[in-house]
Amino acid sequence: MSSTPLRTPLATWHETHGGRMVDFAGWWMPVQYASIVDEHLATRQAIGLFDVSHMGRLTVEGPASLAWLESLLTRRVANLAVGQARYTLVTSDEGPDGLTILDDALVTREADAPDGTPRLAMVVNASNRDRVVAWLRSQLPAVGVSFADRTAETAMIAVQGPLAVATVCVLCGDDDAGRISGLGTYRATRAVVAGQPAAVSRTGYTGEDGVEVVVAADAAEAVWQAIHDAGRPRGLKPCGLGARDTLRLEAGMPLYGHELVADSDPFAIGLGLAVNLDDAAARPRRFPGRDALAAMKRSPAPRVRVGLAFDSRRAAREGSPVVAVGLPVGTVTSGSLAPSLGHAVAMALVDRAVAAADTPLDVLIREAAQPAKVVPLPFFKRRAPRT
Amino acid sequence: MAADMKFAKTHEWIRPEAGGLATVGISAYAVEALTDLVFMQLPAVGRKVKAGESIGEIESVKAVSDMYAPVSGEIVEVNTALPGQLETLGKDPYGAGWIVRIRPDDQAEMGTLLDQAAYDALVKS
Repeated sequence: MSSTPLRTPLATWHETHGGRMVDFAGWWMPVQYASIVDEHLATRQAIGLFDVSHMGRLTVEGPASLAWLESLLTRRVANLAVGQARYTLVTSDEGPDGLTILDDALVTREADAPDGTPRLAMVVNASNRDRVVAWLRSQLPAVGVSFADRTAETAMIAVQGPLAVATVCVLCGDDDAGRISGLGTYRATRAVVAGQPAAVSRTGYTGEDGVEVVVAADAAEAVWQAIHDAGRPRGLKPCGLGARDTLRLEAGMPLYGHELVADSDPFAIGLGLAVNLDDAAARPRRFPGRDALAAMKRSPAPRVRVGLAFDSRRAAREGSPVVAVGLPVGTVTSGSLAPSLGHAVAMALVDRAVAAADTPLDVLIREAAQPAKVVPLPFFKRRAPRT
Repeated sequence: MAADMKFAKTHEWIRPEAGGLATVGISAYAVEALTDLVFMQLPAVGRKVKAGESIGEIESVKAVSDMYAPVSGEIVEVNTALPGQLETLGKDPYGAGWIVRIRPDDQAEMGTLLDQAAYDALVKS
């Protein structure tokens, strides 16, 4: 990792608005502005505004682009409709068992080029971007696919919360506002937001309704400020990575490097839906690691991902041992106070024998046993979205 | 703030009291830097501690931090009300937000700590 962290186009804004900046995955990012709890609750109740420009943004274009990604990703890509996004894993067949999970990613089929050529966009984790880019480049065919890393030339702004979509829409013309408010979950469109061309998707990492907006780097601050100012009277708060983490934890969403690692069994951690072993006609697909994943599906792993709820606010952290009647039965992968719930929660990998809801377990936090019980994920579920 | 209050580099304050005791807490700067406090663990009354030894922990949403004894001595009282109302630390860190009372082994040890001006300079640097 480079010694000087990279700056997003919004880094100066964060610094001049009280952001507490840290080096996260090689990027100079705000962990919070004032209070993580306040930022978290603003997202649940109104709007949270997040700079997620550190995430890697890749584009794949060309006549062979759909077929190429279909041959590489764990999710079906060939049948993506224009404007549809899918959550997928990026795998290689390296490693002792013929499977290395390089990352999880969102792949979106954007509007075709004017000549009808398909165009796709991928969003990958900042921490994995270099190796995912290197892997994809190593798999490029001689012709038919044009692949580019657009991270530096663009910015990505997540607007999340019950009032997020309406707030973005006031910055758009009527047609774009109508298209954005009409987007289904995991659907995307082009729009002009605050006067700037943008890719807008109904996606996020908070468990709330909302959108993620990708704009050119030099337009980022204007769009951010416009959303900020439009949302402020409605309760918007700019949010750092701290609130992003507590929100995704409450929403039961895995984070690469914690719940999901290179040799994870996706079926044991609730990510079976991210793996399509077969195509729509029930024929086996071909992608790196497919055989290893098929074997995992046949032989269930001994440990599965569960949610743990505590009575206390004291949080278990990654690596905290989980015990039952004094015997080790698992390990915490993420833990924190859940601000919406008022008590601590954790996700953990535990033995199947103790994975049923309501099973009482102990978690060792700095050697002290803290009582917890298994609860269904997600910990927090938002009210039904308004229609 | 009392002129005889001293500070450790690890952000605890200590103030001499009548009867050879001293009160210990954590600085307003430390409370502000931690933010979102969720949990505090206090030491047992009667415990003998060395300067720099952990006397408990304070946890925020993002991190757990140790609290350290600014001087060597015996813990004679702890603020048992504090863990249940951690907001007191933010409102009154040098008063109602006190954490422990300690009987220093050597009153002179407090003289080795930072005074207010030196501590302010430390946290502004």
